[in-house]
Amino acid sequence: MAGQGGEEAHEASGRRARGELESDVLAALWAADGPLTARDVRGRLRGDLAYTTVLTILSRLYDKGMLARHREGRGYAYEPVRDEASHTAQRMHSLLKGGSDREAVLARFVSELSEQDERLLHQLLSGHDGILPDNRRSPGER
Amino acid sequence: MLISVYIPFLVTVTLAVLAPPVARRLPPRPAAPALACAALVTAAGWAGSLALLAFTEVAQIPQVAEEGRWSVSALRSQDPVYALVAAVSTLVLAVCLISLGVAAVRQGHHLLRARRECAELPGHTELAVLDDEVPVAFALPGTPGRIVVSRGMLRCLGDREREALLAHERAHLRGRHHVFQSVWRLTSALNPLLRPVAVAGDFVLERWADEEAAERVGDRTVVAHAVGRAALASAGVSGPAALAATGGLVPQRVRALLAPPPARRSLPLLAGGLLLAVCCASLANAASESDRMLDSAQWALCTAHAGTTAAPTNRDDDPGHGPRGRCADPGRPERGERHL
Repeated sequence: MAGQGGEEAHEASGRRARGELESDVLAALWAADGPLTARDVRGRLRGDLAYTTVLTILSRLYDKGMLARHREGRGYAYEPVRDEASHTAQRMHSLLKGGSDREAVLARFVSELSEQDERLLHQLLSGHDGILPDNRRSPGER
Repeated sequence: MLISVYIPFLVTVTLAVLAPPVARRLPPRPAAPALACAALVTAAGWAGSLALLAFTEVAQIPQVAEEGRWSVSALRSQDPVYALVAAVSTLVLAVCLISLGVAAVRQGHHLLRARRECAELPGHTELAVLDDEVPVAFALPGTPGRIVVSRGMLRCLGDREREALLAHERAHLRGRHHVFQSVWRLTSALNPLLRPVAVAGDFVLERWADEEAAERVGDRTVVAHAVGRAALASAGVSGPAALAATGGLVPQRVRALLAPPPARRSLPLLAGGLLLAVCCASLANAASESDRMLDSAQWALCTAHAGTTAAPTNRDDDPGHGPRGRCADPGRPERGERHL
C-alpha cells in the first residue's frame, strides 16, 4: 500500500468518482415517477455538475443497457430498464433471510424497529423541521 | 504464573464491561479499530491463558511427560494450578476452539455466498437496483463490492437523503466493514464474554458509515432523516420487529446524528491500550514461567537419570537420545541449543 504512486491513487479516485456519479444518476432515475431528461437529472443531483457530464453518464448507462430512452424535444428522456421478471430481487431477499446470523457480512442500512423505536423515531424527527412525511405510516398505529 | 496467568481473564472481563459503553460515545472511526484490536488481543489472551492452565495438567500425563522427557513428580511438586482448575480449563478451551471452528466455517460460507451473489448481480455499476417495492438497502462485499438498493427504498427518500444512503453504504464498502464484522463474530465465538463487544462493534460500524455520509453530504440532519425515514418505511412493510434485542439502534443513530459530532478523546484509547499491554505482558510472563517449570522438570529427570544409571560412556555414545541431549542448565533460556 505504501508503495503506491500518487498518480495511481489519483487515477483510482477519479475512477471511483465516475462510478459514484453513475450510482447517483441511476438512483435518481429509479426514484423518479417517469422518464427524466438530462436537465431533470442534473436538477436532482447535488452540486453543480456540468450538463455534459450528466449527458455522458446517461449515455454510458444507456450503452450498458441499464437505461431506456425516447426522444423528447431535441434530446432524450431516460428511464431505468425494469426487470420485474428477474430473480435478482428474490435472491437478494433470500440472502437477507439466510439464517439467524444473516447480518454477518451484509451491512444493512437500517435494522428492524420495535414499536417503541418507531414512536421514538417519530419524536426525534418531528422535533427537527419536520420534513418527515406523515403519509407513510401514522405514529400511533394500533 | 500463579497470578499472571489469570490476568488476561481479568482484562477480558474489564474490557467486555467497559469497552461497549465507552466505544459508543467515541468518534466511531477510531473506535472501530480500537474495539477490533481489543477483541483480538483479549481473545488471544483468553485462549493463551486457558492453554497454559490446561497444559500444566496435560504435561503430567505420563505418556506426554515421556515424550517431552521431563519428570512428572518434579512438575507436580511445582505445579501452582489446582487439578480441578486445569481440568475445567481444558474443557472450556476445547469447547471454545470448537465454537471458533464452527463460527469460522459459517462466516467463511457467508462471505463466499456474498461474493458469489455480488459477482452474479446484473450490471457493471457500483449500484444495483432491485426492481422491488420492499424497501431494502445493504452493502454486498466483493471485488468490487456493490451497493444493493430496492426501488421501494429509493422512492421513499428525498434527493439528498438518497445521496446520504449511497454515501453510507459506500463507507461500509470502502472501510471493508465486513472484515470488522468477521473479527467480532470470530472473537466472540472463541470467547463468549466478548459478545457485548461484538454488539457494540456492529453499532460503531453503522455510526462510522453515518458519520462518513454526513461528511460527504455536508449535513448531519439529512443523514438522520434518511436513516429515520428508511427505517420507518421498512418497518411499515416488514411489520413488527423480529429481533427485539437489536431494538433501539436506529433511534440511537438518529439521535447521535442530530447531536453535534462526538469529540475526539484519547484517554479511553490510551487506557484500553494499557490494559491490552498488561494482558500481553502477563501472558508472556506466565508462558515463560511455565517454560521454566518444564525446564527444571527436565533437569530433574536428567539428574535422576544421572544419579541412578551413572553411565557416562553411554551418554557420550548417544548424544541425540540420551539425557545429555535434553539436559541443559535450567537457567539457560535458548530453547534451540538443547536440540544440538
